[in-house]
Amino acid sequence: MNVFRFILQNHSQVLELTLEHLRLVGFSTLLAMAVGIPLGIVIAHRPRFNKPVLASANIIQTIPSLALFGFLLPVPWLGERSERLAIFALTLYALLPIIRNTYTGIRGVDPAVVEAGRGMGLTELQLLFQVELPLAVSVILSGVRVAVVISVGVATIAAAIGAGGLGEFIFRGLAMVDNRVILAGAIPAALLALVADFGVGWLERRLQPR
Amino acid sequence: MEPAAAIPAIEFRNVSYGIAGTQVLSGFNLQVESGETLVLLGRSGSGKTTSLKLVNRLLSPTSGDVLVNGVSNGEGDVIHLRRSIGYVIQDVGLFPHFTVERNIGLVPKIEGWPADRIRARVQELLQTVGLTPDFTSRYPHQLSGGQRQRVGVARALAADPEILLMDEPFGALDPLTRDELQHEFLALQQRLHKTVVFVTHDLREALRLGSRIALMEAGRLVTVLSPRAFLESSDPLASAYVRAFGEGLESSANRGTS
Repeated sequence: MNVFRFILQNHSQVLELTLEHLRLVGFSTLLAMAVGIPLGIVIAHRPRFNKPVLASANIIQTIPSLALFGFLLPVPWLGERSERLAIFALTLYALLPIIRNTYTGIRGVDPAVVEAGRGMGLTELQLLFQVELPLAVSVILSGVRVAVVISVGVATIAAAIGAGGLGEFIFRGLAMVDNRVILAGAIPAALLALVADFGVGWLERRLQPR
Repeated sequence: MEPAAAIPAIEFRNVSYGIAGTQVLSGFNLQVESGETLVLLGRSGSGKTTSLKLVNRLLSPTSGDVLVNGVSNGEGDVIHLRRSIGYVIQDVGLFPHFTVERNIGLVPKIEGWPADRIRARVQELLQTVGLTPDFTSRYPHQLSGGQRQRVGVARALAADPEILLMDEPFGALDPLTRDELQHEFLALQQRLHKTVVFVTHDLREALRLGSRIALMEAGRLVTVLSPRAFLESSDPLASAYVRAFGEGLESSANRGTS
């Protein structure tokens, strides 16, 4: 087939863009976990912050990705390097599923178990790390999974601001009106999403509490 | 054996507790002697569980004072207080992601006991509550209700606390298992002489296990009686209980096992 011949002929570039794509998704997901999981923990314990935090994350989610990249361009430090900006924007998109699932996961822990732990003299930190997080981990990871899959898709748009990734092929193909080039970006991106989905799903099942 | 002026293990001094405008407990005064099994008897919402949670400070009184071994439990470290009091609840609250061994050994572990001492203690406790050593590696979902409750009791006893708080521990069990566990509780208590506060709404259980019964209603203490005296009491609420539970209660009454 034409597309596959094209991919084979340009395999080094496909590989390079795939790695760039992975870097965008990887960094932004890690950042979103570093911010989103603690935030989710906080709002699970302080219900007063729950609405404003989830609403903000929700609003961010509704901004069209191309527009968000555009909005962020004039921001000082961020706009200097397009990759930096792309990672930041992807992080924002990944926040909602991670915060929401952390919140849901921790709220879903049987109150009797938490109360028993508290009554036995566990400190709040021990409760969190020994009871709540281990019991919520599979719900949290399923949020991460959703975030990764969204990120793989949104990251293709990052090429529009010159941040690289598989979107390069897609935009180039659009400009050239050449479906082969579009698919050379779209197919690896779709595969990446599937692999990531499967990988995090596997981790999720492995860490599932009994 | 005990000196006449012994300090009560637990003392409620004019304790009230309210939340969101509802008075759950008012003017509550009660002393629990060291080594006795005091049963808090009453219907749902009478304040039994609240009283229990005030002892290990899961709740703090709106007014009044709860003393543990003569010292207000609001003073000092609440974590230390809780680790020195065993706590057993109806839903057991075993950690579903921990094996039986880790469940029982949790408090010793966070108290920094060496691993081999924890292991030995877990074995000892399994035996105490009538479980075989091969239970150590099982998970709570692999246990029957009665076995789970046994593990719950073993866990509460892990760090050898002087006080045990038990909130309807046998409430969700089938009658046969409940009978078995009540029987074993009596045998255990004869050996260990813990100070036990036991919450139930089952008069039969109260008569059987309690050295004294504190009858509660609508957040107030109605009366405190021995099981014998409870049966003969002229208190309207107490006699209403006796009537409600019907004939054959005489044989349930605790005849001084503690």
